[in-house]
Amino acid sequence: MQFRLIKDKVYSKLMLGLTVLSVSVVLVVGIGLYLKSGPVLEHSSWWTLLSSSQWKPLKGLFGFFSFIMGTLWVTAIAIIIALPLCLLTSFYITEYAPNRVRKILVPFVNLLSGIPPVIFGVWGVLFIIPLIQNHIAPHFVEFSTGYSVLAGGIVLAVMIFPLIVSIVCEVLNTIPRELKDASLALGATKWETIKKVQLRKAKPGIIAATVLAISRAFGETIAVLMVCGNNAVTPHSVFDPGYPLPALIANNYGEMLSIPMYESALMFAALLLFIIILLFNIISRVVLARLERKLAL
Amino acid sequence: MIRRKLEENFFRILMVLATLIVGGSFFLIVGTIVYKGAPFMNWDMITKIPGGGFYIGKEGGVLNAIIGSLYVAGGATILGLFISIPVAIYINMYLGGKNFIANGLRIAFDVLFGIPSIVYGAFGFLIMVYFGIRASLLGGIVAVTLLVIPILVRTLDEVIRTVPKELRDASLVLGATRWEMSKVIIRQIRPGVFTAILLSFGRAIGDVASVLFTAGFSDNIPTSLHQPAATLPLAIFFQLGSPVEEVQGRAYASALILTVVVLIITVLSSALAKRFSKNNIR
Repeated sequence: MQFRLIKDKVYSKLMLGLTVLSVSVVLVVGIGLYLKSGPVLEHSSWWTLLSSSQWKPLKGLFGFFSFIMGTLWVTAIAIIIALPLCLLTSFYITEYAPNRVRKILVPFVNLLSGIPPVIFGVWGVLFIIPLIQNHIAPHFVEFSTGYSVLAGGIVLAVMIFPLIVSIVCEVLNTIPRELKDASLALGATKWETIKKVQLRKAKPGIIAATVLAISRAFGETIAVLMVCGNNAVTPHSVFDPGYPLPALIANNYGEMLSIPMYESALMFAALLLFIIILLFNIISRVVLARLERKLAL
Repeated sequence: MIRRKLEENFFRILMVLATLIVGGSFFLIVGTIVYKGAPFMNWDMITKIPGGGFYIGKEGGVLNAIIGSLYVAGGATILGLFISIPVAIYINMYLGGKNFIANGLRIAFDVLFGIPSIVYGAFGFLIMVYFGIRASLLGGIVAVTLLVIPILVRTLDEVIRTVPKELRDASLVLGATRWEMSKVIIRQIRPGVFTAILLSFGRAIGDVASVLFTAGFSDNIPTSLHQPAATLPLAIFFQLGSPVEEVQGRAYASALILTVVVLIITVLSSALAKRFSKNNIR
């Protein structure tokens, strides 16, 4: 009898230990990256690192501005493309699609989310790059190789489709039926109901999904690296190549460690990504969790 | 009146178009990969390791990367299960599953899920340098484990939450300790564990950024944990960067292999989940 209780206690403590350990990974990662980026932070201030576009590792000049701009460009393009498409798709799936169509559609969205990033990258190289080079860019600029922030943005947009669609669909499904019915009963068309009732009701959920998608796009590495051109200059148009932060880390890490402070600078890039994504994630997850709890009552 | 009708129809068409683009992108991607990869597919690709001069277009295959990927993804998933099953049980059984701490932990794991794999990769490399481990199978497994723990915990958590409360109450009322009750629950969620394993395996096998610095690359199949291991996504990435047409073709073929593997895993996981859940008490 006693033995069973002791066993329960022991397992309880063990599990608690594992839980604390796995959650504290967040802290350990943050602290580890911060300590490692110490040297470069001592050398120059946060402001210089963030606002300077001088990237000359050999001279000890580390300015992340171009890389930050590269990241912002691809992320912005991805969201601008993905958000309207995904909202319309979510409304179609939840409101218009007949059951049969829905049953086919949803699994394909799930399948899309299972495709590895590197496959998106290969697809980008094989499909998007030639498309931009031969069919889109010639209308706007004289010459483009196709490797551009636009290509990165398009590939990222497709990558975040499943994320936004699945969350928005979930949010839409939790809106009380009565609200919709009331609007429809007053003679509003389906679209008017969507526009004036559901969009308003789902706003926090949609914003949370967008923020989550932004943070996913921020951290995506390999697919973007393969199509962005990786040129350390600040992009000025969608057809310019860019060099997002994750691509910078992936391309250089482990190779140039003989240059002083290079490793530290790359760790600073990782820290930057980590902080931004952590903040975005916490905000959107808390909003979503609160929504879920409110609707569960 | 007519204007409203027009607006309705306009947006309905727009929605259908958007849905076609979103749903169609899947076919576009898989179609492109199959179209480009199929001509370069042959038995050598999946049965041979790279021979001499493989990277200038001579004979060989990517068996080393296939096996390496299976090792890394398998190892990470198993290691992750040992950590995540107790965590999921602790959240639901010991913390009660519905209070402030349990919800806080759920959010924490969701946040961990959102951290990009490149950060895990860089962090994994930091740890390896700290302990003096070189890029190896072991390093890759550790980095990927960090990546899959949040997926496993959240999936298992969702599954445990679907177990009826009566089942817990029944075992508790018979005098079982919380640990004994957990054993009953584990038996109930077995199909869910399968789904979690497949989800985590699918994510692990496709990820590049986390193994980039940690697992290294090698033309041979690793025979111990301390040898570097090639991984399929990395093999695709390297081969695609080659100027030799033949090697690029092999990248497409490797991409086809990876796509097929991942799609099979995804389809299996949803099919298994459906099939096994029939025998469960709901």
